[in-house]
Amino acid sequence: MSKFRPATEDPLLLRVTLGVVAIGFVALFLVLPLVIVFKEAFASGIRIFWTGITEPDALSSVRLSLLVAAIAVPFNTLFGIAAAWTIAKFDFPGKAFLVTLIDLPFSVSPVVSGLIYVLVFGMQGWFGPALADYDVHILFALPGLVLATIFVTFPFVARELIPLMVDQGRDEEEAAVSLGASGFSTFWNVTLPNIKWGLLYGVLLCNARALGEFGAVSVVSGHIRGATMTMPLHVELLYNNYDYVGAFSVAALLAMLALLTLALKTLLEWRYADELAAVHRH
Amino acid sequence: MSAIGLSTFARRNRGVLPGFGLSLGFTVFYLSMIVLIPLLALFARAFSNGMDGFWTAISTPRVLASLRLSFGMAALAALIDSVFGFVIAWVLVRYRFPGKSFLDALIDLPFALPTAVAGIALSTLYAPNGWIGSLLITHGIRIAYTPWGVLVAMTFIGLPFTVRTLQPVLSEQGQDVEEAAATLGATRLQTIARVIVPMLVPAMLTGAAMAFARGVGEYGSIIFLAGNLPMISEIAPLLIITKLEQYDYAGAAAIGAVMLMASFVMLLALNGLQGWAAKRR
Repeated sequence: MSKFRPATEDPLLLRVTLGVVAIGFVALFLVLPLVIVFKEAFASGIRIFWTGITEPDALSSVRLSLLVAAIAVPFNTLFGIAAAWTIAKFDFPGKAFLVTLIDLPFSVSPVVSGLIYVLVFGMQGWFGPALADYDVHILFALPGLVLATIFVTFPFVARELIPLMVDQGRDEEEAAVSLGASGFSTFWNVTLPNIKWGLLYGVLLCNARALGEFGAVSVVSGHIRGATMTMPLHVELLYNNYDYVGAFSVAALLAMLALLTLALKTLLEWRYADELAAVHRH
Repeated sequence: MSAIGLSTFARRNRGVLPGFGLSLGFTVFYLSMIVLIPLLALFARAFSNGMDGFWTAISTPRVLASLRLSFGMAALAALIDSVFGFVIAWVLVRYRFPGKSFLDALIDLPFALPTAVAGIALSTLYAPNGWIGSLLITHGIRIAYTPWGVLVAMTFIGLPFTVRTLQPVLSEQGQDVEEAAATLGATRLQTIARVIVPMLVPAMLTGAAMAFARGVGEYGSIIFLAGNLPMISEIAPLLIITKLEQYDYAGAAAIGAVMLMASFVMLLALNGLQGWAAKRR
């Protein structure tokens, strides 16, 4: 072994110091909160945890969260594909502005995201009174939860697909069309196979956020027990009622979903590194 | 853009690929329905009583205190995240050690973990009888139910932004400049401080701006930890919800409008920064 250290390598003391700082910070800020969730959830045994997640209110919150995600995610996926197709395959004025607008929901506070729908559909809002006349309820009901969730997860699929499809260009699609393929057949047989991993990646992140959204949903939910309580809202309710074991049981379920998401995300990044690298270069 | 202008434009620039009108139409329609029109409703309501009404709603001591807290603590959290984000990104890109890919995957936890879960976990940790809180209380430091709780939660939520914007830049950066610095007699620390860090400034600012924007708007992970005392540890998003519960829609909209304008400014700044970073690379 050479006694010389390469010029681009840090001295041992620096390496150890920075390594300890990095791992220490991650352990303190990221690992400990995760550990405490599982510790509190399983503190009284797995049976209590199981009771916590299978009592009727918890189950109804799980069902509602899944339902909201099952509506919001396909909508945003369809939008993401349409937006990426428009932006990657055509030139038109205002394109950069459109891309910025698509990213906008990411920089809006979740609470503001909920607030805007209250101002549109609330009884003091633009359409609230008119809709109430027809007995249509948006706020404090499923449509409000879905709308708020769509807003906060709006850019996820689009922002994965746009750089990817811009990177891939238009040649393959143009070849397919000039050989007589229909528009749909071109998309299905040429574009989709090229973007499938990026699409899956975007859907995965979109779904995780849809299941876990709290602030926006909290504003529009009305907190009606058994009716408009999603999983995160149920956690809040139990916690504020000092039912810590119950709160942490549902929280642990959400944390497992988060860990599953991270595992799948890492797996996708490993296996489809090339395709996804195109996205993250930008 | 008028419908006629759009269709003549589409005809002129159609190219061979189909679906321009349909995909652009759907994109713009969906964007307008979900994002633009509701945001317009926010501004309409915030200024429904004119400029004066807006200022009156914003300039109460309680609203100002909450805005100061949200923006101030978010700036501080972005600073902390930038420093530690740099160290973590550096360690992840440059060093090899067992468990590195696990550490790397873990960085995204604040993205994936629902904020309510993070909130109750942090609150349990930092409460005076919690694992961290009980250690700190013996030194007279209280985090939970004080403004410092806001800082802790914002630091948690912002960390992935700084790490993830620095990481790709660091791994793409050639090491030839470091070798040049070394041959010219610089110590390793000098090279890091005078050569490497200056090259990372655009990425660092981008990451910090993203962490800041996220921190300003954050709600779920903070409310469990901060105690939510008006004038002391009450963040602006929480005050919006309080105003809504009191049916003060104009007041809620006014605070929302301020936060939204801040989001616009941050978005523009981020676009500028990314343009700058792209040019530097």
